[in-house]
Amino acid sequence: MGKLRDPDCNPLQARAETVLTDYAARAQAASGPRGRKPRRRLSGRNIMIYGTLFVVSVYYLLPLWVMVVTSLKGMPEIRLGNIFAPPVEITFEPWVKAWAEACTGLNCDGLSRGFWNSVRITVPSALVSIFIASVNGYALANWRFRGGEAFFTILIFGAFIPYQVMLYPMVILLREAGLYGSLTGLIVVHTVFGMPIVTLLFRNYFTSLPEELFKAARVDGAGFWGIYFRVMLPMSLPIFTVAMIIQITGIWNDFLFGTVFTRPNLYPMTVQLNNIVNSVQGVKEYNVNMAATLLTGLVPLAIYFASGKLFVRGIAAGAVKG
Amino acid sequence: MQPSIAIRDLTLAFGAVEVLHDLNLEVGQGEFLVLLGSSGCGKSTLLNCIAGLLDITDGQIFIQGKNVTWEEPSRRGIGMVFQSYALYPQMTVEGNLSFGLKNAGLPRAEIAARVARAARILQIEPLLKRKPAALSGGQRQRVAIGRALVRDVDVFLFDEPLSNLDAKLRADLRVEIKQLHQQLENTMIYVTHDQVEAMTLADRIAIMKGGSIMQLGSPKEIYNRPANRYVAEFIGSPTMNMIEGNLDMQITPSFSAEGMSVPLQTYAFGSDAASGPAVFGIRPEHVEAGEGAEAMPVRLDAAVDLVEPLGSDTLVRARAGDRNLWARMPGQPDLRPRQPLRLGFDPARAHLFRLSDDTRL
Repeated sequence: MGKLRDPDCNPLQARAETVLTDYAARAQAASGPRGRKPRRRLSGRNIMIYGTLFVVSVYYLLPLWVMVVTSLKGMPEIRLGNIFAPPVEITFEPWVKAWAEACTGLNCDGLSRGFWNSVRITVPSALVSIFIASVNGYALANWRFRGGEAFFTILIFGAFIPYQVMLYPMVILLREAGLYGSLTGLIVVHTVFGMPIVTLLFRNYFTSLPEELFKAARVDGAGFWGIYFRVMLPMSLPIFTVAMIIQITGIWNDFLFGTVFTRPNLYPMTVQLNNIVNSVQGVKEYNVNMAATLLTGLVPLAIYFASGKLFVRGIAAGAVKG
Repeated sequence: MQPSIAIRDLTLAFGAVEVLHDLNLEVGQGEFLVLLGSSGCGKSTLLNCIAGLLDITDGQIFIQGKNVTWEEPSRRGIGMVFQSYALYPQMTVEGNLSFGLKNAGLPRAEIAARVARAARILQIEPLLKRKPAALSGGQRQRVAIGRALVRDVDVFLFDEPLSNLDAKLRADLRVEIKQLHQQLENTMIYVTHDQVEAMTLADRIAIMKGGSIMQLGSPKEIYNRPANRYVAEFIGSPTMNMIEGNLDMQITPSFSAEGMSVPLQTYAFGSDAASGPAVFGIRPEHVEAGEGAEAMPVRLDAAVDLVEPLGSDTLVRARAGDRNLWARMPGQPDLRPRQPLRLGFDPARAHLFRLSDDTRL
């Protein structure tokens, strides 16, 4: 350094000095923060977050644990009272009984009858309501027609009217149509009552698709159904999945319409479950009740698990900025 | 010869709001017409009306002499290209190109032949089996143009087709569209807010504002003789220098504003020019600065205020009195703020507008 500072090599000095200050600056920078900011694993914030999450999950999972455990115990073991303890001797007897032997009223063929009734109610109701609602939503979003806005407002308003208000008029309507007490009647009821929310869902989704796509299809000569089936439907997997989840779980879990609009031999699974669990005669078979409840909840649970994955995949596939 | 497209008394209203009012327009066979205007001026709306995507309130639209006012978009003999490309994301490029033809019920061999031809013209043959998501922006727009091309129609409508692309691609595709037009000789109507696209592509430009056409003319006419102040300020970059003052037509015509007076013997006045308040406009590229200024009929003293070097030339904002004037200087002059600068211009290249209604004098 001393040599470079020699006044004899004046022309070089200026350059050498800038080089040196440059190194100095770098040395200083090297000691300061650099690169990714370090994170502490065990901070007070993290303990709060994970602690809360843990407590909440235990709170939600405990009832499920009790149900599963109880359904696998025999009655003598249940009478001991240790409801949180795992079964000493695992038995599937209560599950078999709940599915095939439990009695409701005169029928003693278990929940299986209700299960198949529910399937016969849910599948057509969900399919028909989703199809109609998707076409509704498509028409409302893309084909602006006279009175469309008014129609939509009425439909949305319908979503806020309590079901109880409409029960009796619905009974009269179905009686006059000759559908009261039949599966078809119940399917009609579910389709009608699912309409507002699912239409809203589809309308909003189709509105979010680029309008130019619709215009391009019109220039390409596709008609109302051509655009719906060939352009809109292939882009709508995510919203159909969401609609499926809402409708299947909603209709499967329905109790009110199931009791009001059907006869005992057509009762859906939820109504039958209630009749098994709430029967006043005889010994309360907690293990059978638990098994029956789990069986009834299995379908919505399976739908959530299966479509959760499809849902994410659907969104990824649909997220093409075209 | 009959016009390719004729629009008569077109009015479009959404409720009480009139977006287009009594619009008349004729586009010749094989003409490239650009609708130019800032956003909300009604240019895209007009294009959608021609395409049949919007139902008009009043008036008529003719395409190739046929009244198509009530026709479906697909039966008007048009192809359309959109800003967002609007490719069907679930179909391959080939599917996108053939969708319209399948809807029209064309035989399979004919469809294949037309798709192949369009793919060859646009050089997208290697992409035919791909989905739009696997294409770049430029490739997508080429496919979108192809979709209009396969329809084998006389009229192409472009709705800001290049606005979503980056600057370099935009310039490349602009050239391609111009070549395509020279090759196909179709009628094209092209909507844009970009004056460079308008100037480079158009046979004629229609400058729109507030739902009506402010001026319709060739790019040269629009640039050299803007019909009103709006057109004058819209075309040209940087925008035209405007000075408000007074026009005196007695004895020798001259324009005077605070601290300056410009003799106008060489200016080509319109027929209805009269004395009164007026606006004097001169484009930055017609303002000479530095040594070149001395040769000009009108000269002013100014000081450099701001310099924008562009490489090929340099934009200078100079302060003369309490006015700012832009000048475009060739090359890379060495200028510093507050340095004195001589400005000069030729009044023959100026533009005069009446202050009251902004029309050209």
